[in-house]
Amino acid sequence: MNSKTIAPYWEHFEHGADIGIRGIALTLEQAFEQTAVAMTAVITDPDQVLATKAVSIHCEAPDHEMLLLDWINELVYQMAVQGLLFKRYQVAIHEGKLSATAFGEAVDRQKHQPAVEIKGATFTELHVYQQPDGAWIAQCIVDV
Amino acid sequence: MDISQFIQRNATCWEIAAKGNMRVPAIIYADEQLLQDMDQKVYEQITNVASLPGIVEAAYAMPDAHWGYGFPIGGVAAFDPEQGGVVSAGGVGFDISCGVRTLHTGLNMIELQPHKQALADELYRKVPVGVGSKGRIHLNHDSMHGMLKGGAQWALDQGFGEPEDLERIEEHGCMAGAEPKYVSPKARERQKDEMGTLGSGNHYLEVQQVAEIYDETVAAVFGLKINDVVISIHCGSRGLGHQIGTEFLKDMAMSAAHYQIALPDRELACAPLASPLGKQYLGAMRAAINCALANRQIITHLTRQAVAKVFPDIHLGLLYDVSHNTCKLEHHTVNSQKKALYVHRKGATRAFGPDHPDLPPVFKDTGQPVLIGGSMGTSSYVLCGTLEGELRSFSSACHGAGRAMSRSQATKQWQGRTLVDELAARGIIIRSPSMRGVAEEAPAAYKDVSVVVDSADRAGLARKVARLEPVICIKG
Repeated sequence: MNSKTIAPYWEHFEHGADIGIRGIALTLEQAFEQTAVAMTAVITDPDQVLATKAVSIHCEAPDHEMLLLDWINELVYQMAVQGLLFKRYQVAIHEGKLSATAFGEAVDRQKHQPAVEIKGATFTELHVYQQPDGAWIAQCIVDV
Repeated sequence: MDISQFIQRNATCWEIAAKGNMRVPAIIYADEQLLQDMDQKVYEQITNVASLPGIVEAAYAMPDAHWGYGFPIGGVAAFDPEQGGVVSAGGVGFDISCGVRTLHTGLNMIELQPHKQALADELYRKVPVGVGSKGRIHLNHDSMHGMLKGGAQWALDQGFGEPEDLERIEEHGCMAGAEPKYVSPKARERQKDEMGTLGSGNHYLEVQQVAEIYDETVAAVFGLKINDVVISIHCGSRGLGHQIGTEFLKDMAMSAAHYQIALPDRELACAPLASPLGKQYLGAMRAAINCALANRQIITHLTRQAVAKVFPDIHLGLLYDVSHNTCKLEHHTVNSQKKALYVHRKGATRAFGPDHPDLPPVFKDTGQPVLIGGSMGTSSYVLCGTLEGELRSFSSACHGAGRAMSRSQATKQWQGRTLVDELAARGIIIRSPSMRGVAEEAPAAYKDVSVVVDSADRAGLARKVARLEPVICIKG
């Protein structure tokens, strides 16, 4: 398959007690966006979330993997303190600095049936790399 | 797991001799079948723990050990500050001081039966549970400080509970050495509306019946008789603990090189006990222990209020309150010498034996009550600490069943509503805001807790006292 045709996507992968989140895309930024959608999908069906509220997020880290960890942990924090779920994301990364907007809405327990809270992103299975076909992979395990 | 990698010491004790970077051996307590079923990652993780600076005796894994973060869940390790010992944020975990508290009701099943639905409704109404739930308490700067310093004692001072509760909580309800100044603004922000909430995942509040007694004498001291009704609360330090874990894990991973610690796995992030970072973590982690103790104390108060609506004349007294994600300074004998050690228990329950000075007089002859939570719809157990546990595992035992199946596998296999109906047919009432959450916590997604507890008993880590069966489960 020609990687130029890969549309960005996300998936979950197995971990004994918890769950792995993975984003795959042709750019690092889109891969980070997809990993974040995978995170939402741990809690609820992202299709059930509306993008009515925008939250700005900034983080900085010495390498891509630390940046992914910070990005996911910042989203976990914003969801917790603002009582939100996020549907989609716009990420820009420049020289180790991430600037993003997360779009979502307030948690509605009837509508979203949130299954579980995420405690934090972990170093376990934390990898950010570019495959030979050009696609970026950004993944880690989240503790729930 | 390939058991040929181990030296078998007896039916439930398996040793990995120190090799490579390991400073001490690693020991797993489990029967042969449990060991075979364990993930190979447990082997890697427990041998990694054995390589950390200042570890003494051995790195231990309990019978419920499974793949964790750096440490296996079910891991126990003690570090000597005089030998360059470390404290590890990964060795405590994200849900600092997560634990189980069990309350007596004084009721028996015959008395409960006609009021089961009403009690389930009242508990579900009163105790905030699930994603996005908020408590009725809002902490400002001063009350946050008081809570982080005072734990369950602070909660009591606010009117949540009774003075007699405190002696039946580890540390008498207040962890000494908490340093709120090392708890970040973000951790505080995450907690200010979460006091008195259960959370989600495997956390629950359960009404249970005593289904089996294994030791009549100890059960009598613990106040347990067959068909008695008890209530167990399983939860931890909520968002505050998660945020502290997240922040210090990163800080420790990034400063390992500075402290010249070679980490076999970044998740084993640690800092010397004597270092500024090590001391800051200990101060913050102890504050999070107080947060968990205060949280369970407030939930106890809410539970008492809910129960009083249905049974106005009964009193809920504590059996005990245990924490299973901690690092605590304790005195243990190593090579015939009494040492002050920092004992990490990640998914392991402290299990002090008879005559331990930290236990209240009532448990002097029995040892500490060890409360082992099951999963939704399965048994829980009450055990007691043993004298030999001190020699085997720095007085530590298992903490639960451990998952046998991932969350996504569970949701493919079961539907929440069907499970609720099946459990109802067995007389177990489930109340939960999320049917997907129920499916992820399906009883069969967990290992058999009975096998785990039998192994802990046979290994002498703790002795079986009673088995509890669920009647009502309030699930996050």
